[in-house]
Amino acid sequence: MQPQHLQFIDYSIMLIYVGFVVGIGFALKRYMRTSADFFLSGRSIPAWVCGLAFLSANLGALELVGMAASGAKYGIATCHFYWLGAIPAMVFLGVFMMPFYYGSKARSVPEYLKMRFDERTRCFNSMTFAVMTVFASGISMNALAQLLHSLLHWNYFFSLVICSGVVLVYVLKGGLTSAMYTEVLQFFMIVLGFAPVVWLGLKDVGGWDALKDILHGVSQDPTKLGLNTSHDFGPDAWTSAWRPIIAGPTANPMGVDLFAMVFGLGFVLSFGYWCTNFLVVQRAMAAKDMGAARRTPLIAALPKMLFPVLVILPGMIAVGLAATGKGGYSLPGVQISDGDYPAAIAAVRDASKQPGMNRNDPAPVTAPIAAAVHHNLNADKIAALVGDNNAQPMSDDDIKARLQGAVADPDYNGVILSLVTRYCPPGLMGLALTALLASFMSGMAGNVTAFNTVWTYDLYQAYLAPNKTDQHYMRMGHYVTFVGIVLSGLCALVARNYSNAMDIIQLVFGFVNAPLFATFLLGMFWKRATSHGAFFGLCGGTLTSMLFHGCTIAAGNTPGIKGAWISQVQTFPSEMAQNFWLASFAFLSCFLLTVAISLATSRTKSDEELKGLVYSLTEKVREPDQAWYGTPAFLGTLLLLACLVLNIYFW
Amino acid sequence: MGLDIRLPIGMMFSLLGGLLVVYGLATGSDAATYQGSLGININFWWGLVLLAFGAVMLIFALRARFSTK
Repeated sequence: MQPQHLQFIDYSIMLIYVGFVVGIGFALKRYMRTSADFFLSGRSIPAWVCGLAFLSANLGALELVGMAASGAKYGIATCHFYWLGAIPAMVFLGVFMMPFYYGSKARSVPEYLKMRFDERTRCFNSMTFAVMTVFASGISMNALAQLLHSLLHWNYFFSLVICSGVVLVYVLKGGLTSAMYTEVLQFFMIVLGFAPVVWLGLKDVGGWDALKDILHGVSQDPTKLGLNTSHDFGPDAWTSAWRPIIAGPTANPMGVDLFAMVFGLGFVLSFGYWCTNFLVVQRAMAAKDMGAARRTPLIAALPKMLFPVLVILPGMIAVGLAATGKGGYSLPGVQISDGDYPAAIAAVRDASKQPGMNRNDPAPVTAPIAAAVHHNLNADKIAALVGDNNAQPMSDDDIKARLQGAVADPDYNGVILSLVTRYCPPGLMGLALTALLASFMSGMAGNVTAFNTVWTYDLYQAYLAPNKTDQHYMRMGHYVTFVGIVLSGLCALVARNYSNAMDIIQLVFGFVNAPLFATFLLGMFWKRATSHGAFFGLCGGTLTSMLFHGCTIAAGNTPGIKGAWISQVQTFPSEMAQNFWLASFAFLSCFLLTVAISLATSRTKSDEELKGLVYSLTEKVREPDQAWYGTPAFLGTLLLLACLVLNIYFW
Repeated sequence: MGLDIRLPIGMMFSLLGGLLVVYGLATGSDAATYQGSLGININFWWGLVLLAFGAVMLIFALRARFSTK
C-alpha cells in the first residue's frame, strides 16, 4: 500500500470527531454521582441508544478489517458470521435470556452466575473475562497502530497513546453512559464513512451482477487470489452462501462442512458470544426498563443483518477489481519488514550490475531478491525495477516503494484500506479514516467499560475489599479504567514483539469460551442444574477443548501451537473447521457433564432462591400496554423471517 | 440521562457535511483530485448526504426538547 499524505481538511475532520466524543464525556460528567451511574448508567438509557451501542461495541476495527479480508477470501459465505452466527442468538438473548439478566438485578454476567450457582463459577468467569478483555483490546490497539504506521507513517507509539488517550478521557468522565453515547455516534460515523467507498467500488466494478460474473471466474481459478491453491471450487463458491457449504468442505474455500457451520458456528460459538459475553450484554443491562432491555438486541439485529454490505462486500469488490486488473488494481501485498530492506536493496543493486540480463526470463533475476524479502514477488515488476535502476541508479526510498509494490503475497487485511486509498480524494479520505478510528474507539471503550465493571464488582468488591462505601468503588472504577488502558497498551507491545505469545493466549481463551454457553443454557432453563454441576462441567468442557485441540490439526499446519501437540488423531481441511468442531465438542461435553454431575449431587439452592433466575420459576414478563405487534416475541419472529429471506435470496 | 445524544450527532454531521460541501465546491474544478472517485465530486455529494442526516437528527432533537418544555 502506498503511504498517504493527509491534508488539512482530513485532519480537520478527525479533530472535529475527537472534539465531539471528548465533549460528550465532559457533558455527562455531572451525572456521574454514584458507582451505579458510572458502571451501569443508572439503568436509564433508552432502547434505541442501547441497541446501537450493543452493535457498535462489537464492531471494533479488527472486525471491519477482518470481515473485508474474509469477504475476499471466502465470498458471500462470510455472511454466515452475521445471518447464522449473530441474528438468531441476538433474538434469543432479547426474547428468552434478558428477563433473567435484567430481572435478577445482577450488575454483570459473572454476578448472575454467582446468584444462580456459586462463587466458584463467578470467579472463574470473571477472571478469565477480565484478562481476556485486556488482551483483546491490546491486540486491536497493536493492529491499529501498525495500520496507521504503514498507511500514514504515523509513529507507532504516538498512535497508541493518542487513540487510547481519547478513549480514556471520555470513559473516565462519563463512565458507561459516555461509552454508550459515543458508540451511537461512532456507529453512524462508521456507516457514513465507509458507505461512499463501497458505493464507488461497486460502481467501478460494474455493479452487483458484473461482480458476480467476475467472481464465478475467480472461484474456478483461485490462484488469482494468491490463495495457494489451484483447486476449482465450482462457479458459485464466492457468490452463494449455502450451496458450496452443502456440497462439502472441498467445494468451499472455508473448508467447512454443514454440521460444523450450523452447530459449531450457528449454535455454539454464536450463542456463546452474543448471549454470555458481558461486553455486549452490559449494553442491554443499562437499559431504562425491562422492555428496553429486551428490545436492545432486537434493535441491534436489524442493522447487523444489513452490515455485510458495508464490511464483506468491499472484500469481494477488491477481488473483482484484482481479477480484472481494472485501473491497475492488485490486492495489497504483505508489508515487507523493515529489517529485510537493506539486504533486498543490495540484491536489487547487485542484479542491476550484472550485464546482459535477459528481459524475457525475469525469474532468475527475481529469485535472490525474493529470498531477501522473504515473500513472493511479481517477476515482471522486479525485472522492470532492476532495468530502471540499471538505466538510472535509484535512491533507497524509491527502491523500497517499488519492492513493496511488487510483493505478490496478498495481505487480505489490507483490502479495505486499499479501496479507501483508491477512491477517496482528500476530504472523503479524512472521513473514511475517521470511521476507522471510530470503530477502533468503540471496540476499545466496550472492552474498557466491561473490564472496569467486572474488576470492581466481581473481583475487587467480591474478594479484595467488600463492604466499602459506594464512593470508594467509584474511585476504584476511575483508577482501574486508567490501569486497564495502560495494561492494554502493554499487551499491544507484547503483541507487536511476540506474536506467538498472543496466539497462545487467544488459544487459551478459545478453550475457556467454547463450553460457556452450555453452563448458561442449563442454568437458565433447568432448575435442577447444581453449582457443582456448573463448575465441574465448565472445567470439563474447557479440558475437552484443550484435548481436542491437542489431537487435531488443520491440513497444511505443522503440529505445535496450531494443534496436534498431543498426537495427530484427526486432520481437518481448514483451521476454521477445526475451530467449529472444537466448539461443538467442548459444548457437548460441558452440557453432558453438567447434567450428569447435577443429577448426582443435591441442590444447594431452593426454588425460592432461584426465583427470577430460572425459566420455570420466573413469572413471564408482561407488558400490558404493549400491542401484540410490539412485543419482543413478535419482533424477534419478524427478524428471523427477514434473515431467512436473505439466506434464501443468496442461497 | 439529561443529554439527548441526537443533538451532538446532528451538530457533528451537519458540521462535517458543511465542511465537505464547501471543500467539494472549492476543489470541484480540479479534475485530478476526483480522478480516483470515478470523476464524481464525491466530497460535494456525500457532504450533502451528511448535511441532510445531521439536519434530520437536529430536527428530532429540537422537537423533543420543545415538546417537553
